[in-house]
Amino acid sequence: MAKVPVQFTLNGSEKAEFIDSGTTLLNALRDKIGDTSPKGGCHQGTCGACSVIIDGELRLSCLTLAETCNGTTITTTSGLSESGVLHPLQRAFLDTFATQCGFCTPGMIMAAKVLLDHTPNPSRDEVVEALSGNICRCTGYEPIIQAVLTAARANSQNAA
Amino acid sequence: MELRKNYFADVRKDDLHEIGQPRPRSDSPGHVTGKTAYFADRNFPGMLHLKMVRSPHHHARIRSIDTSEAEKHPGVVKVLTAKDVPHNVYTILILIQIGPEDETVLADGKVRWKGEAVVAVLAETERAAQEAAAKVKVDYEVLPAVFDMEEALKPGAPLVNEYHGQNYYLYDSGECRKVRFGDVEAGFAGADHILEQSYQSSPIEHAPTETTGCVVAPEGNDRFTCYTNTQAMFFTLDNTSIILQMPGSKLHFVGGTVGGGFGGKVDVIVEPIAILGAKLTGRPVSFIYSREEEMQISSPRAAEKVVIKDGVMTDGRIVARKVTGYTDAGAYSRHSPYGAQKGAGHYPGPYTIPNVWIDTYCVYTNRTPSSAMRGFGVTIGDFALEVQMDKLARLIGMDPLEFRFINAYRDGDMKAHRQPTEGAALIECMQEASRAANWPVAEKFMAMSSYKKGA
Repeated sequence: MAKVPVQFTLNGSEKAEFIDSGTTLLNALRDKIGDTSPKGGCHQGTCGACSVIIDGELRLSCLTLAETCNGTTITTTSGLSESGVLHPLQRAFLDTFATQCGFCTPGMIMAAKVLLDHTPNPSRDEVVEALSGNICRCTGYEPIIQAVLTAARANSQNAA
Repeated sequence: MELRKNYFADVRKDDLHEIGQPRPRSDSPGHVTGKTAYFADRNFPGMLHLKMVRSPHHHARIRSIDTSEAEKHPGVVKVLTAKDVPHNVYTILILIQIGPEDETVLADGKVRWKGEAVVAVLAETERAAQEAAAKVKVDYEVLPAVFDMEEALKPGAPLVNEYHGQNYYLYDSGECRKVRFGDVEAGFAGADHILEQSYQSSPIEHAPTETTGCVVAPEGNDRFTCYTNTQAMFFTLDNTSIILQMPGSKLHFVGGTVGGGFGGKVDVIVEPIAILGAKLTGRPVSFIYSREEEMQISSPRAAEKVVIKDGVMTDGRIVARKVTGYTDAGAYSRHSPYGAQKGAGHYPGPYTIPNVWIDTYCVYTNRTPSSAMRGFGVTIGDFALEVQMDKLARLIGMDPLEFRFINAYRDGDMKAHRQPTEGAALIECMQEASRAANWPVAEKFMAMSSYKKGA
């Protein structure tokens, strides 16, 4: 199988890999690069557990071919906290018990981050809409929605 | 959260330090930073991928299995059939002396449900394993199948599972679990009204976000580390030990992170065959259900049918209850005989009824084996019982909540299984529910207590 070179910035670090053509970004991140924070839940673009941010946009890494990511900037949940300090979203998920088994959490946090990056003070409906592509089976959506709203409030207080 | 301390103030200690206090979960920091290690986050050099060849038929005799083409497929390292499994016929609950062993790890001579594992293929890549699995030729003689519990119980129905000899589980109490209390027919004879209704449910899939699977690494010296998302670590360890005829000391199970389970990960399905693959190849093995397998192959909540006949007085007292429950185990027992038994214990409900008669059957059909799921055996029972309670209240023109107060069991009441009620708090829960839901009931019910002084 043909190997193709791929280069992108992952959580601030340059990554360069030779991968099998057709490899998904999810598999490339998990198996080649060793960032296992995006999770494979359905591998068909319906559960959202593999969500990552590519050039500011929320993307499903299980439906994205790694070879199409050349030159992009990719953010995953494992890259959110800086020098051990949790991102406001991570802090809010922790404080409001918005994570039970934790499997959907990295994808949820990515979806929430894209929302807050574009809409710093979202309404509850906007939060629900933004998380609608991410399936949670045990925590329940209400604590997750509350976590995102809590993080948004923390953000606006920081900005003020 | 409000902690109500006025209830049972005279019988309880009031030195609680933890209840009502928030405590951070120890695993949350790992979850929010993406650092929590789930089983599939382990990757080992040279890891093989296991794919299962599954039965396309609900019920069929296996005439022959030809794996020669699959073995020649590029990337294939090993192909496993029933003869490779040291103790191929097992049952999970044998650990607590519940038999007979009735399920094959890999099908031997016969398949009993569509999706049953027949041949395991181990290859260098997932794709190679998938392609090779498609090349395994199995010659089936399709047999008549039965999908309906009542059909399965009729004389002459196709026999689903030879290890049982009939299409129901044989308890030590006979063909079903039984509860007999008082004289149910006399109760019906004296009742003002009788209501008989039947209720049924479909199988329900747990759909955990993380699919079932495990990753096995050989440690040398015939020892194996199995990273798994099982919900039942010691069931899995001990059953694997039996299936592989290996001492448990050779098996090291690592778990504790489960990406959703809900009872769906208590069966011992992936670990034994993955460890066997690692043992026979000397290489790490990954066996992970695809989403399609998770939905089609993993054991769902059992389909159930419940027939409830109640005799009730116009003043609201239930005087007789007769219940026949059917639990669809599918082709193999797994946890279903236990589920059906739990139903027998549960059908009196949290109510004091003087005459009770209950039969619950665990029935075998050619459907996907069912197993544990969130209160299995009692959840559908509760649905049926509480719908029945509402119907009874309507029948006698009584408020449904007041009707429940009249029948709620209280300390000292004798339950149908001849265990006196202790520590009941149903009355108090219903009083709180009445307030919370703004559903007023008569003052005499608000003055009741589950705790009968002198009981």
